[in-house]
Amino acid sequence: MSLHLEPYQIAYKFLIFKFSILLFMNAIKLIASFLLMLSVGYGLNVKFGSVPPIGKFLNPYTGIWQNETDETTTGTLSIPNLKDKVTVHYDAQLIPHVFAQNENDLYRAQGYLTAKHRLWQMEFQTFAASGRLSEIIGEAALNYDRQERRRGMVYGAEQTLKKMSEDPTTLAQVQAYADGVNSYIAHLKPEDYPVEYKLLDYQPEAWTPKKTALLLMYMTKMLAGGDNDMENTNALRLFGKARFDLLFPDFYNYTEPIIPKDHDWSFINVLQTPHPNTEPVLEAVAETITKPDPNYGSNNWAVSKEKSATGHAILANDPHLGLNLPNIWFVMQLSTPNHNVFGATLPGALGIISGFNEHISWGETNATRDVIDWYKIEFNTNRTHYKYNKEWKPLKKRVEHIKIRGQEAYRDTVLYTHHGPVVYDKNFKSDNNLSGYAMQWTGFIPGNGQKTFTEMNKAKNYDDYKKALKHWVAPAQNFVFASTEGDIALWVQGQFPNKWEGQGKFVMDGSQPENDWQSFIPQKFNAHVKNPKRGFVSSANQTPVDEAYPFYVFNDGYETYRNRVINNYFNSKAQFSVDDFKDLQNNNYNLKASELMPYMLSLMDTTRFNSDEKEIYQLAKHWDYNNAMDEFGPSIWKAWWDVLYDMVWDEFEVENMALTTPFTYQTIALLKNNGDDDFMDLINTPEKETAKDLFRLSFSEAVKNLNTWKTKHGSLKWVNYKGTFAGHLLQALPAFSRFNIPIGGGKNIVNATAENWGPSWRMIVEMTSPPTALGIYPGGQSGNPGSQFYDNFIDKWAAGDYYQLHFLPNDTATKAIIGTQTLTPLK
Amino acid sequence: MRHNLLHFSITIVLAFLFALFLPWWSVMLAAIGAAFLVPLKKATVFFIPFLGIFLLWFLWSYYLSASNNFIMAKRIAVLLPLEGNPYLLMVVTGIIGGLAAGIAGIFGTQLRRLIKE
Repeated sequence: MSLHLEPYQIAYKFLIFKFSILLFMNAIKLIASFLLMLSVGYGLNVKFGSVPPIGKFLNPYTGIWQNETDETTTGTLSIPNLKDKVTVHYDAQLIPHVFAQNENDLYRAQGYLTAKHRLWQMEFQTFAASGRLSEIIGEAALNYDRQERRRGMVYGAEQTLKKMSEDPTTLAQVQAYADGVNSYIAHLKPEDYPVEYKLLDYQPEAWTPKKTALLLMYMTKMLAGGDNDMENTNALRLFGKARFDLLFPDFYNYTEPIIPKDHDWSFINVLQTPHPNTEPVLEAVAETITKPDPNYGSNNWAVSKEKSATGHAILANDPHLGLNLPNIWFVMQLSTPNHNVFGATLPGALGIISGFNEHISWGETNATRDVIDWYKIEFNTNRTHYKYNKEWKPLKKRVEHIKIRGQEAYRDTVLYTHHGPVVYDKNFKSDNNLSGYAMQWTGFIPGNGQKTFTEMNKAKNYDDYKKALKHWVAPAQNFVFASTEGDIALWVQGQFPNKWEGQGKFVMDGSQPENDWQSFIPQKFNAHVKNPKRGFVSSANQTPVDEAYPFYVFNDGYETYRNRVINNYFNSKAQFSVDDFKDLQNNNYNLKASELMPYMLSLMDTTRFNSDEKEIYQLAKHWDYNNAMDEFGPSIWKAWWDVLYDMVWDEFEVENMALTTPFTYQTIALLKNNGDDDFMDLINTPEKETAKDLFRLSFSEAVKNLNTWKTKHGSLKWVNYKGTFAGHLLQALPAFSRFNIPIGGGKNIVNATAENWGPSWRMIVEMTSPPTALGIYPGGQSGNPGSQFYDNFIDKWAAGDYYQLHFLPNDTATKAIIGTQTLTPLK
Repeated sequence: MRHNLLHFSITIVLAFLFALFLPWWSVMLAAIGAAFLVPLKKATVFFIPFLGIFLLWFLWSYYLSASNNFIMAKRIAVLLPLEGNPYLLMVVTGIIGGLAAGIAGIFGTQLRRLIKE
């Protein structure tokens, strides 16, 4: 071994060695710290499941702190393609009063201002309408998206757009509105995005006329997207025709129709389609697509000048829709030199939907006619054709591309027949390779409903109103009308198929041409009434007509209580004032409970009550059938009725079968008049129960339920038990919602405020010249949860109060105006 | 101590300037920059930029929120959930920014060491 190193060499080598170790260690540390930094940075910048990207979300430069802003109501803004200056006055409720020099400028400004206050909502609603929620929230929404595509939402919107595009005026206006929205979006920086975009981590996209059509389709689905054909078919198969007719009569034993019973129909010279003697197909799917809440409804009415305490006609409207934040309505005044109109708009649609101008006022309730029918379709073996009139007719294919966040897109092929889309087939809620069910819907008929509103906004009298209505196809609405001239009227407007007796109650054979919709009721023969003898018109989603109307109408869920309370009220005295209108909109009388509960209480054998039952019984006996906040009666009634109803219809609890239980009115009628019917029997007990037994059993059960609830949640006062809330559009996210709103009322009550739906806009207009009006809604003008204007109307609304609507005669600011913004053409 | 204070101030100034044209993660660049300009020792490498950005984000969010009565902060403090307390939300905001900056400070120090030694 000749290895010999001098000490200095050893020291040198050692130093080199130490240095490289150090270097190595430092490099490791460097890389480690770099990776750590990257992962923290990345982790804070992306979304995990429903957790927002926390760094992006919370940083003070672009995160939610930038949404801590109030609304700007002053200044000058330059908007591309405006022809002229537009003045926007804001009042203390943040209602914009818009004064433009021409209609295109007006709708451009409406688009701009709506986006300014409600951008996220208007876009989200159209995403929901078009089955695009998976793009925002991922695969969890895929089933929802497929369902919306398959029910033809996008197809329907395309038909609407086609029809709108045929009208150059409408097209220009809808385009101006879209451009207005886009001018607003264009100047937004990421820090300005509404908070919901930050929460879900996405960006707004451009608005298009198609989105306006989608919004209208969204309303069509909400208001005319329900039917029971499949459920009725199953019930018919299960119980037979005689029993079915007992449970689901075409008309009830009373009628209080929208068009008064004494109405003369002799002007109608077209006949109802004769019955083709085809038989329903006794087949249906086990599970149907989600339907809109059948409780959505509305009230409207008007009194003539003779019936008005002041000599001017008075009109009222309160649409009952889901109580959401942001509210579905946005209130505006829209004015050009040729017209001046005020009222509630729908973010995404042009013009005022429920409101008044200098000459007329109008408002809508839902006309809930059966406008969806289902056809069983038979395919050939390779599913390219379907059987129709003993021949094979080609199917059209529509491929729906559903984008999914963080995943590959999903492609769904939907087959289309001449009826409409085959919603259910082997790919969706059905398993038969050779058959499916196609949907026929007035929502697919091309219509320019948008024009009804732009024309109505300018209407000067009854004739203009009538003309504007002609464009309205779906969803069918009861349009109430009053004018400064003193006319009052109500048209049940929509495009209605002229059905044969019983058509569309059950699933039909799609191969038989006789089962097609043969024709439509000519528009002029739609049920309507002008200046009736009784001095008032009203509608509350009840049957439009009685059996005297020459076309086929049957009860498929018409409301049966509010209409009677309203009409009784107007029959109770000679003249009515605006204050009477307020009282009526806030009326809490529970007619439904009053028609059954006294009867049930009178049949109770109280001797064997336990102490809980005694207590509840006493409270129930002392109730005056008013659904006021502090009452216990409404809570008892609801708890009792819910149990009783389920007991009566236990025959409907069949697994794997879509069924709808009979309507409330008929249930109560049967309980009172057919108390020993077989349906009263509880199928799970050996004894044979009667209605009286059910009253007793359900009462005990309800008392237990009430006491359990009380232990958990406290007082049984109606306001607590009902727990009305206004939920944010994102599944009622608690942070952006309002809970325990102090208000009475309830289902089937004129003040229809239930847990999560109710009067979404209350308006009263007295037809003075110019009209004077009151209005309010449960929400606020701003869509920003960080704004004081987000939910500031709710308490006043709950208390039954209104805002005076400041109808400015011209663009001169009055004392009511708190700020003025000027929109100027971009040079 | 003088070093710490200097580093602290530089972090805040850089973060403030970067925020004018860069996204939120520019606080990390600020911390790296400060680490280059004024070297620190041991745990201060993390804690000084942490404190700097914590303070900056806390005060900035307080400033934005106070002018609007903390309406949004109270709501977001329900969402997260922080019992609806806007100040807790400001603390969380500060911690998030501070954490990002502190870790970037560690990296900056390592980088400086490798380059300069």
